[in-house]
Amino acid sequence: MSAARSCRPPRALAGLFVWHLRNTGARQIPCRFVHLHHVASNRLITFQYFNFLKRMYVTQCNKDLSQRAKPKSDSVVSPFHELQQLDQEKKFVNKISSVSPVHQSWSEMSSRKELREIKSAAETEDSVIPVGAESKEDRQWKEMKLRLHDLPGILARLSKIKLTALVVSTASAGFAMAPVPFEITCFLLASLGTGLASCAANSINQFFEVPFDSNMNRTKNRPLVRGQISPLLAVCFAASCGIPGIALLTLGVNPLTGALGAFNIFLYTCCYTPLKRMSIANTWVGAVVGAIPPVMGWTAATGSLDAGALLLGGILYSWQFPHFNALSWGLREDYSRGGYCMMSVTHPGLCRRVALRHCLALIGLSAVAPVLNITTWTFPVISLPINLYISYLGFRFYRDADRSSSRKLFFCSLWHLPMLLLVMFTCKKSLVEKEDKGWQGVCALPGRCHPALHPALLPGAASPAFLQGRIAPGRVWEVPVAEVGSDPSGWKKCSRTSYLQT
Amino acid sequence: MAAARVLQAGGCYRRRPLSSASSSASSGSGRAAERGERPDSVGLGFRPPAHSHSDWIGPPDRHSNLRPVIFYVPPEESALERRLREARQEAQASNQRFWARHNRAFRQEKEEFIYSRLKAKGLEMRDESGQKATLNAEEMADFYKDFLSKNLKKHLQYNRHLHPHTNKFYLKHSTGGQSR
Repeated sequence: MSAARSCRPPRALAGLFVWHLRNTGARQIPCRFVHLHHVASNRLITFQYFNFLKRMYVTQCNKDLSQRAKPKSDSVVSPFHELQQLDQEKKFVNKISSVSPVHQSWSEMSSRKELREIKSAAETEDSVIPVGAESKEDRQWKEMKLRLHDLPGILARLSKIKLTALVVSTASAGFAMAPVPFEITCFLLASLGTGLASCAANSINQFFEVPFDSNMNRTKNRPLVRGQISPLLAVCFAASCGIPGIALLTLGVNPLTGALGAFNIFLYTCCYTPLKRMSIANTWVGAVVGAIPPVMGWTAATGSLDAGALLLGGILYSWQFPHFNALSWGLREDYSRGGYCMMSVTHPGLCRRVALRHCLALIGLSAVAPVLNITTWTFPVISLPINLYISYLGFRFYRDADRSSSRKLFFCSLWHLPMLLLVMFTCKKSLVEKEDKGWQGVCALPGRCHPALHPALLPGAASPAFLQGRIAPGRVWEVPVAEVGSDPSGWKKCSRTSYLQT
Repeated sequence: MAAARVLQAGGCYRRRPLSSASSSASSGSGRAAERGERPDSVGLGFRPPAHSHSDWIGPPDRHSNLRPVIFYVPPEESALERRLREARQEAQASNQRFWARHNRAFRQEKEEFIYSRLKAKGLEMRDESGQKATLNAEEMADFYKDFLSKNLKKHLQYNRHLHPHTNKFYLKHSTGGQSR
């Protein structure tokens, strides 16, 4: 169906992965509905952008047969956001306001009917299975053998590829916002390393949560739950993504980024995942998981953890709360039955307050950006409308506490973040700093560079960084005018260093 | 590797203390295993084809929502492999018991809650057209919160059993066995 193709452009963002979606009923639904919705609502750009994030689910509406498509949420907070996203599984919800029941996939409908039948049977304690149903049951048994042509799709679902793509894009935003000349190889290495680390974290998370995922509507079609891949293979895949990913970040970018990546995997798999079933603090931990990727992008570019990195992380951290809290509002039944401690179930008032609080914090953080010289002052001004809008929706959610306000807030968060990052990038402060100190150079090399690669400075003009044999990328090194003189001819141009005359 | 076989089927609910597994499951399944049959398929109403050498996974159980797995028993299964397989079966069975009981309790308590709320509002369980009356999400929220807090301790215990034995289990049995 052309719906599958309508999902492709956004998927090009993920770029590095090519996979083939099987044409099975349940899997096809998201694209189909996305397509329908796209046609129905004319929100072309938004949904084209987001339909790779959308998952659909079908729920009952007032227990009658007209089923409304409900967004199927994925992990929230992406593991890096969930890893980034809280959850942190990022859940992307596709809003479908008026989809006719005809478009329900046959298999979904039949499974829903089956579920209803099963439920009523359970209630009456009826355990007699009619003979005719046996062969149908038999057909549902699947051999647990790995089919190679299915493997790319299975691994994509295992690694939550859409969420990973979002995590990589936030890391790229962090890289782009760093005040250094753009270095393409470093950028690609950092993005690839972050993506691999995110895949690893997501796979391990799914490995740990099989019985819980089986019991929640949103997650019951995951590969490990359905037995499409053996746990051994899932763990091997996670290791084969995580180890090269972290190694790539540590050796190919810099050790700080590698350490952040490893820490984020640990935080997601060993802190967030068990905490989900122990206390509501998991949401805050998940927000940190989501905030780390842009920090990683920044440290990949500059080699150091400075105020700009923390601000970007802070913006992502604050964003997580309206996003996740609004989403979790609609999942209270599943969370309650599955034993997940989420604010929306245990402390609903706190849930809404925190969401509103962090919407307002976004306004404040946007205003701090020019103070730290990351952006110009046009950024808080231009971003004010979208920040005010999400705060307004956050306030409506706080006041009304119902399904429609939570959905509105969630959908707003989906386009709010990319737009904010885009505006931030366009308002980025330019690199050149005028200083009356003679010649300045900015090293554009990622990682370390040897003084031999740099031009010969005038004797006696070595900066401490050269004496150590390394200079961090993005570091501005100066030579005092008294030593250089006003004549720049003493400087030789290195192929990898850009020189800026003051 | 034996660890490989453990990981090959069954997700994270294999992590059970080995001693309880072998004592409970070994006697019954031993004889059947020698004949190359799959002992645990009897209760599930499905028999995998005889020529198949892999595990089979079924549809979600109607109570626990977990998918049962029928493990393949190779004719020349070693003692270590048998213990692993039985540990996996025992883990599967205990997960099944927990979730079936838990979900049944959830459904029952939910029905009782709806009934009591409807009664308090003066409504019947079924309205004029025969449809089942339901409460909206905000009314159900009280029930969800209550249910979660009542069952938190039970969940904590279950989670504690799920995870801590993993490393010991895998390390102990990471030698020998055949991989598939």
